[in-house]
Amino acid sequence: MSGIVIIGAGQAAGQAAASLRQGKYEGSITILGNETQPPYQRPPLSKQYLSGELGMDRVMVRPEKFYADQDIALHTGTSVESIDRAAKSVTTSSSDSYEYDKLLIATGSRPRILTIPGSDLSGIHYLRTIDDVDGIREAMKTAKKICIVGGGYIGLEVTAVAVTAGLQVTVLEMEDRILKRVTTPEMSEYYHQLHAGRGADIKVSTGVNGFQGESHVSTVLCGDEQIDADLVIVGIGIIPNIELAEAAGLNCNNGITVDDHCRTSDPDIYAAGDCTNHPNPTMGRRLRLESVPNAMEQARVSVTNMLGGDKVYDSIPWFWSDQYDLKLQMLGFSADGDTSVLRGDKAANQFAVFYLKDGKVVSVDAVNSPKEFMVCKQLYGKTVDPSVLKDTNVELKTLLN
Amino acid sequence: MPQVKFIEFNGTEHNIDANNGDSIMVTATSNLVPGIDADCGGECSCATCHVLVGSEWQAKLKPVNDTEESMLDLNPDRSAESRLSCQIIMSDHLDGIVINLPEFQY
Repeated sequence: MSGIVIIGAGQAAGQAAASLRQGKYEGSITILGNETQPPYQRPPLSKQYLSGELGMDRVMVRPEKFYADQDIALHTGTSVESIDRAAKSVTTSSSDSYEYDKLLIATGSRPRILTIPGSDLSGIHYLRTIDDVDGIREAMKTAKKICIVGGGYIGLEVTAVAVTAGLQVTVLEMEDRILKRVTTPEMSEYYHQLHAGRGADIKVSTGVNGFQGESHVSTVLCGDEQIDADLVIVGIGIIPNIELAEAAGLNCNNGITVDDHCRTSDPDIYAAGDCTNHPNPTMGRRLRLESVPNAMEQARVSVTNMLGGDKVYDSIPWFWSDQYDLKLQMLGFSADGDTSVLRGDKAANQFAVFYLKDGKVVSVDAVNSPKEFMVCKQLYGKTVDPSVLKDTNVELKTLLN
Repeated sequence: MPQVKFIEFNGTEHNIDANNGDSIMVTATSNLVPGIDADCGGECSCATCHVLVGSEWQAKLKPVNDTEESMLDLNPDRSAESRLSCQIIMSDHLDGIVINLPEFQY
């Protein structure tokens, strides 16, 4: 029996299955995922799930019974081995085959792994899945000294949870500032000071060249320096899972290449989420995003188009990060700007930095300033007067007229 | 089990049995009620779960906090009835609550 097959069981997969039924699709839907859980949300994993604030049932994309109720065949613990485009079928590692009319590839991404001396010692963790975080939570119960490798959002969110739990945390960042890949020197400095002020030891320009320990890690080696650690969490980026698509002969280039309808180079195969490289019409360039809103919306757009619709994916990327009691919301890319405008008060931990290019708003980093974030959604691409933008006496709403 | 009546912008009604402790947003998405995107998954980060709640039910809800207020304030469809449905947690005393869905999420 053919129908729609979804490879992957992350947020894009869960959203796509729900959107198919919402779109009155009555054919068979099969989700094939290699994790053991139904689709769940990843953003809380490094935040409220790690801290224990949210349990497993609160991070599920839909309750487990949803899939049976909606007649969605959810096969967890199932790895897809190959896609046969001529036969329009996929084959799993246990040699089961599933035929498809339309296929959605939502294979996501995986952590970049360190391969340096000692990197196979126990006590060295990565953070991508619920199982990963369950392992980290267990280790944190007895850990005394945590070393975080990589000062990106994952590393810093874990740092915030660990520091809040009273643990001693060292963050090692290879670049000369944390968050270098994703934000400006100004924001890097702010977050550096924030974490240092809460008690984390942040070392920049510090690469890791090995780990030592009997069977469990006890020391992290960085050049001449040795750092004691009984728990190491590595967050040094992710790699899109494109191998299946590549092996099937689909065009890939830093992600699975899709058009503005989320279609791959095979018109019966769509792709959504972290694994895609897609055009952004508003920004006029291709993007590969590591972002939940992107995964959800690409899933919705893929489904609309699979079902015969004509929908273009054209959203301005946005992201958020919770660290301590600070909610950072970001829209667009600050690197696109040629000018920055500060609104609010950094010392009070409530401010937004808007980024303008040729006088037009292209991005915002908003700390505990949801209104500034929301207004940026509507100001994107519009010309504003910086002197008005920075004046907190001016109601933001007036800029929208 | 408390009931929620969702009314779509086009008037279509959905009567849903909710679990105590689930948010209105989760209740909607778990039951394929259209009109709520909930991109952030319930963290009050995205404002794509905007709903309208009449004053008789508003009175039974926890008031809007600062974050929710800021997220709602710039919504073009903002009204006195606006709430983010991820911030309304179901319990027996909300049995029968009526939730109107807006035409668009932004």
